[in-house]
Amino acid sequence: MKCSDFLKELTDYLDNTMDSHTKAELEEHLQWCHNCYVVCNTTKSTIEIYRDSKLYELPDELRTRIHSAIVTKCECHKNSVAAPSPDKSVKQDEGSSK
Amino acid sequence: MEAIENKVAEPPSEESILVDAARAGDIRAFESLVRRYDRNVFRIAQHITQNREDAEDVVQDAFLKAYQNLGQFQGQSKFYTWLVRIAVNEALMRLRRRRPERMISIDEDIRTEDDSMPREIADWSPNPEQQYTQAELKDILGKTIQGLPPSFRTVFVLRDVEGLSTEETASALELSVPAVKSRLLRARLQLRERLNKYFKRRDGDTKP
Repeated sequence: MKCSDFLKELTDYLDNTMDSHTKAELEEHLQWCHNCYVVCNTTKSTIEIYRDSKLYELPDELRTRIHSAIVTKCECHKNSVAAPSPDKSVKQDEGSSK
Repeated sequence: MEAIENKVAEPPSEESILVDAARAGDIRAFESLVRRYDRNVFRIAQHITQNREDAEDVVQDAFLKAYQNLGQFQGQSKFYTWLVRIAVNEALMRLRRRRPERMISIDEDIRTEDDSMPREIADWSPNPEQQYTQAELKDILGKTIQGLPPSFRTVFVLRDVEGLSTEETASALELSVPAVKSRLLRARLQLRERLNKYFKRRDGDTKP
């Protein structure tokens, strides 16, 4: 197996979504190829660091604000669907004022 | 080597009850769905837009759109995957508005010469993230992922940060499974390459 072949399979290897034969081949390659071993380990670390980083957490204050905005908008939508369309009511108003 | 495990687990029965109630107009039930997924949607939106205000708007618009269109949600996919699809589209739309000079698409498949071939191969220090304060680390990770094309960082955040499966990611982005895998591999390798300069073992580091 060449290093380029190893790289092609790296994602499936890290996700453990490959057949046991291919996995054994990759692990055999890792036994002697230090470069692929390093790339594999550091790529795994990259994923774990991002996953555990709490990057872009939603602060509580913002969360509360977003919640009330969403609920208000959903209520508006619900009422607008339930109520007669505004166009009709405008026409009726216009009609009655004449 | 241990597999990278998925993060988002959802009990389908409880969720489908909430979705049905919300569809019937129960806003409290919908609020429970918001509470369940707002953090995920915000994180996805911020990863894609790289802008806090845009991310905030995306969360609001995505949930409102989901509420308005619950009637169209057939329940064939998970509610979360369906919601993610809406959120990603909203986020990309915001990004296009901010950068009208560039065509931004999830189909974008930038393939530069050997873009993901490792150039620098250096071992990292043990627990490299611990060399930095929490704030420094967030700054490094934010700057690093910002350098990736939007289509790559979208696949990376869904698959590796949010823990969607490859199939769920493909469904949320309306991409093929091979396309997701290809972008994911290149995103992972490019991030690794860019993080090298912060995390590589320096002289004097002790071996683990």
